[in-house]
Amino acid sequence: MPEPLRLQGISASAGYAEGPLFDLDQASVRYVRKATAADEKAALEAAISIATGRLATLIETSDSEAAGILEFQLAVLEDDALTGPAFSHIAEGMAADVAWRTALDAEIAGYETSDQDYFRARAADMRDIRNQVLRALTGGGDIAAPAGAIFYGEDIAPTRFLETDWRAGGGIALTAGSAASHVAMLARSRGVPMVVGLGLVARGVAGPGASPAHLTGNALLDAEHGGIVLAPSKAEIAIFRRSSLSFAAHRGKAAAYLTRPAATKTGIAVRMQVNIADPSDVDTIDVATCDGVGLMRTEFLFGKTLPDEETQYCAYRKVLEWAGDRPVTIRTVDAGGDKPVPGLTVEEGNPFLGLRGIRLSLARPEVFRVQIRALLRAAMHGNLKVMFPMIAVPEEYEHAIALFAEEQAGLLARGIAQKMPPLGIMVEVPSVAIAPEAFAKAAFFSIGSNDLTQYVMAAARDNASVAHLNSVRHPAVLRLIASVAAFGREHTIPVSLCGDAGGDPASIPALLETGLRDLSVAPAQLAMAKAAIADVWI
Amino acid sequence: MSAAAEASVLITHEVGLHARPSVKFTKLAKTFSADVEIALAANGPWLDAKSIVKVMAAKAPKGTVLHIRARGDGAGEAVGALVELVRRDFDEGKDHARTA
Repeated sequence: MPEPLRLQGISASAGYAEGPLFDLDQASVRYVRKATAADEKAALEAAISIATGRLATLIETSDSEAAGILEFQLAVLEDDALTGPAFSHIAEGMAADVAWRTALDAEIAGYETSDQDYFRARAADMRDIRNQVLRALTGGGDIAAPAGAIFYGEDIAPTRFLETDWRAGGGIALTAGSAASHVAMLARSRGVPMVVGLGLVARGVAGPGASPAHLTGNALLDAEHGGIVLAPSKAEIAIFRRSSLSFAAHRGKAAAYLTRPAATKTGIAVRMQVNIADPSDVDTIDVATCDGVGLMRTEFLFGKTLPDEETQYCAYRKVLEWAGDRPVTIRTVDAGGDKPVPGLTVEEGNPFLGLRGIRLSLARPEVFRVQIRALLRAAMHGNLKVMFPMIAVPEEYEHAIALFAEEQAGLLARGIAQKMPPLGIMVEVPSVAIAPEAFAKAAFFSIGSNDLTQYVMAAARDNASVAHLNSVRHPAVLRLIASVAAFGREHTIPVSLCGDAGGDPASIPALLETGLRDLSVAPAQLAMAKAAIADVWI
Repeated sequence: MSAAAEASVLITHEVGLHARPSVKFTKLAKTFSADVEIALAANGPWLDAKSIVKVMAAKAPKGTVLHIRARGDGAGEAVGALVELVRRDFDEGKDHARTA
């Protein structure tokens, strides 16, 4: 038996699976070259026709979600613009399999280099199309996966996912892959556990990857936390089964809570908002299950290039219109720290203590002003609130609201519709949590528990060797949170919390004890958090 | 002289002219005998609107102004119908947005 091997990736669909590994990257059957170009052409035509036939059959037995994906593949496969280059290669003397692979790989490369996640994720569909025809060309059938298998490999094709009977359990563990892929969307809606990006982390650490011996036995897939254990020990199996059972029990129980307002065992109401990172996140959230958006991050907009005013305005407006009357709290760009943005952030020896959040925005007013104008205009379309990250001293808040006033006057002068939203601050730098009275002018406080904890405990969030220190439940952190909540009540300043702790069932009782009644959590944690609140005696 | 038509429309669908909308768009384009082309800029390059491979390769995200032109029989109707489809967000409800 090889030593147990733990690999860490990113969860694309939460859940647990224990079962035999099925290697997705097994070598395929070889193609036998034909005598003439005409025969090669006929072979490719036949293979394309087999593949389109298989897709059409699969569409008939699929639900509408799966059928939509397959219809796209079918339309692509029937398009002469796709198959044309392959036939040209054959006419030039290439074998059918090489011609097809060459033509499709060029197409795939076009998608892989897109700067948008959505189009990049379509590369998996194109690979799927490529492989379906190659499979038909070689006449090689697939080696069937055993029931309940964990599919392990670089990536998995949507057709492979749809052909698999998931009722027997099983899951997906990918060394590459993407949480935005079609398969990831299907996995989430079918409740199939899936982890992506295992290879990224494995390559980063010194040490052996998965050896062939690791791929022969059973594995433990923990897609709640995004990890997999190959060749697990007996002790690891026992712990895993306990986590798996408890997850299943929690999830079953939690589902019933999702649609109800959150309340403690004694009936005290808790406002539950959601944290989102991308406007499209709201497409999968039923607005009736939450009290609004407690944190909309805007860093996602700042990818390779700085977004213009119109792009930002459209993104904010979309979320505001989705929320209707419910509040949407947008945080001005919180770049720096562990979130570098090319062209905006600077290289620093100690980025968590450097030019990040509002410090960076005030240092780059020409970038900040674009975001301010977009926010002022978007405020016309819903219940907008805006907050500033990393505020440490009141002058920063004063400076930021002065910029808002200036940009409002500018828009007014140009006759552009705008509205001044309530302007609040994040409470994450200890100076604010210790002396909140200096910020009594802020419209609201939102406690960023991740940063507050790392600064109070002097333990970097991204450093695993000090992770044990990084607990929101340390009395020092909880005391600060309680003091901010009390200050807010005295001065009628609304106080909420939008860090990861708000969605952590283990931290929720302690947070409610501090007096907080307003939490904002990741959409995926909403049901579990509501269930945990219902268990609290307050 | 054969009929010709041209128009432009803003893509408001969240992920742009992506998989499922591209299927609808090209299927609709194919119902017309006129040659139909799209472009992301008024001066081109122009792409065959009946080819899903070409339409997807345009990678038109939300907020893009899509230019559509047609030449031949029913050119006006073709452009009108395609503009309408884009304007209706490709008839996709919220519940579909996440899957496509």
